[in-house]
Amino acid sequence: MIEAENLTKYFDAFLAVDRISLFVEPGTVLAVLGPNGAGKTTTVRMLTSILTPTSGWARLAGYDVVKQPGQVRASVGVLTEQHGLYTRMRGLDYLDFFGRIYQLPRELRRERALGLMRRFGLEDALGKRLGEYSKGMKQKLALVRAMLHDPPVLLLDEPTSAMDPQSAKQVRDAILELRRDKRTVVLTTHNLPEASLLADRIAIIRRGRIIAQGTFEELAQEFVGPPMMRLQTAGWANGLAESLREVVEVREHGEDWLDFIAPDPARTNPMVLRRVLDQGVDVVTLSQRSRTLEDVYLKIVEEDEKDERAQEATPA
Amino acid sequence: MIAFRDWRIVAPIFLLTLVFPLLANFASGLFVGLFERYGEADTSGFVDAFLPLMPMLVGFFPVSISLVIALETFVGEKERLSLEPLLSTPLTNVELYLGKVFSSILPPLSAGYLGITLYLAGQIFGPQQWRPEPILILQIFLLTTIQAVVMVTGAVVISSQTTSTRAANLLASFVIIPMSLLVIAESLIMIQPDMRFVLWWIMAGLAVVIVILMRTGTRIFNREELLGRAIDALNLRWAWRVFWSQLTGGVGGFRPVAWYRLSVIPTLKALRMPSTIYLLTALVMFIGGWTLSTRFTLPLETELSDETVLDNLREIFEIGQSNPTYILWIIGQNVRVLLLATLLAVFSFGVLGLVITTLPFGILGYIFGNIAANNLNPLPFVLAVLPHGVVEIPAIMLAGAAALRLGAVVTNPPDGMTVGEAWLRALADVIKIGVGVVFPMLVLAAILEVQLTPRVVEWILTTF
Repeated sequence: MIEAENLTKYFDAFLAVDRISLFVEPGTVLAVLGPNGAGKTTTVRMLTSILTPTSGWARLAGYDVVKQPGQVRASVGVLTEQHGLYTRMRGLDYLDFFGRIYQLPRELRRERALGLMRRFGLEDALGKRLGEYSKGMKQKLALVRAMLHDPPVLLLDEPTSAMDPQSAKQVRDAILELRRDKRTVVLTTHNLPEASLLADRIAIIRRGRIIAQGTFEELAQEFVGPPMMRLQTAGWANGLAESLREVVEVREHGEDWLDFIAPDPARTNPMVLRRVLDQGVDVVTLSQRSRTLEDVYLKIVEEDEKDERAQEATPA
Repeated sequence: MIAFRDWRIVAPIFLLTLVFPLLANFASGLFVGLFERYGEADTSGFVDAFLPLMPMLVGFFPVSISLVIALETFVGEKERLSLEPLLSTPLTNVELYLGKVFSSILPPLSAGYLGITLYLAGQIFGPQQWRPEPILILQIFLLTTIQAVVMVTGAVVISSQTTSTRAANLLASFVIIPMSLLVIAESLIMIQPDMRFVLWWIMAGLAVVIVILMRTGTRIFNREELLGRAIDALNLRWAWRVFWSQLTGGVGGFRPVAWYRLSVIPTLKALRMPSTIYLLTALVMFIGGWTLSTRFTLPLETELSDETVLDNLREIFEIGQSNPTYILWIIGQNVRVLLLATLLAVFSFGVLGLVITTLPFGILGYIFGNIAANNLNPLPFVLAVLPHGVVEIPAIMLAGAAALRLGAVVTNPPDGMTVGEAWLRALADVIKIGVGVVFPMLVLAAILEVQLTPRVVEWILTTF
């Protein structure tokens, strides 16, 4: 579990993280999104007791990040933005080195290292020097390193970057498995489709602040509005739009299609369908227009930018 | 992890470790042969005395590699972006620091031992049949070890405080040059058997340096600094703000009384610990001076009569009375010494500042030891110091304590402060105490020294 309250970090006069509050339960994947330099890495570093917060507090796996840094770091597996491998070492030796740092018994660290390397398809590279690994293999080995001591909390920065589709799927499956095992996972990424696929909750950071936080649906509802439905008809639907405007908000329409807002699809959609059928129009499909995380993210960032400009324009 | 394909790294280490001792043996053989052929009479003792020139150098070359490894440690890992995974582990800062120190030191030190052993074996079992004293061999190994530790602990401090290996390598000259000079000096001492006791003193001094460097390393090594320091940008505006706020103590405008109350007096209180260290050192110096006087006693009774002292005093008094610039000369001399002590303190963790400002106590100890040894009346001598000393000595003590703090603060910056901030604040304190307290006291002391002290001594000498 991760709890943070008003976590703030200054570097001299520069405010890098501004009163961030988080609550991530076990078995939850939180995706932290935001532009470069938003404060994501600084937040992760505070959560791993590498950086000391200027103010606020945070607990990770029940340990205070300031008062119990050793326990915090023992309870967290970190995949850093750069894999940071020792390229002259061999895969298994490298994992053994970190296993010893985490004080895993010899047999256990070998067993776990071999198991994880097999799981990520690295079994053929056990004896290879890490400098000879491909980018994707390096990334996977770094992930293995983060998972080696079986931590309850994982902080993963761009876990699938530089990976081929098959490797990326292996990693995504591993993250979903971690979630099933009731691990707490924080994912910082720019890969929005991946975030929407994996994350239970999303936090968007900009200028050191969390500007939005919640499930995808909550965020979409708040920032993009209620779901939009598309009705595809068989042939020309003359006058249908005018007729439906009495029951729903029609946004756009064409000769054989129509988009309308459905604040409560369970109630609205049957009503719309009845009216369409009453008019003798055949329906091909009625589907929700996809609202991607990208739409939501861009909308949230855009609104924050507007707020920022408004604040700057306001005389002090 | 080194493999055969790393031969470019391995070959020089191998050469330095194994080939150089053989080369040194060969050179020694040539040297001895030369003396045997062209030397006069029996030169064996003379030649033997010169043989200790080499072992320190033979050991030093491989050990110097530890400096490169140590310089590479933190900053090299940071450059290769492999530092953060290590910092994310449960290892404590001290464990990381010591791990880096040991991993840097052990392979080159082992190579150094091997080199020395090879050289000594060549000299002992070879044609020279040299029979060095066991204590000399012990000194060679101990000095090599201690020097390696000094270099590595210094290099790790440099490595953790720089942002690139290039910068670290440039700064390494601050370690390698003094150490090279020291090795040469040690070799020269070794060829003089009656001076070899000095090597123990050198070891003791280096041990102190190790303690200071380790303390500095463990104190200033922290994850935040290592990861937070991206570029060596000098933020002058920030530096000035920190310095000025410490100097003024937040007192705006020209308000001397408020400045003394809110800024100077709290700083004086903050100097309690360095002042205590200063007093203890002064005491040690005084006792040391006194002890020296028992070994090197001056014939004061015959050389120093009351009339001579009186004549000298009258002369000084006349000069002082007729020429007020004498006061300025005394002030200038004291200020110059204190500035020099402060400057040296910066480069020696405060040690040289402390030594220079407490040296007069050693001289006083020596003088009073001689006075006691010659059964002279100490009163004129006490009174030759006391009238201006009551002002001058506390002034020097305060300046010495502030200088000590300025030099030593880098080894132990207060919690929540970077080394830079702590040093800037200590510098502001030095200037604050110097301008606000020490300088006025020195002016007063100089006036008393010229106008009052000679009169008092004259009165004593003529009255009793």
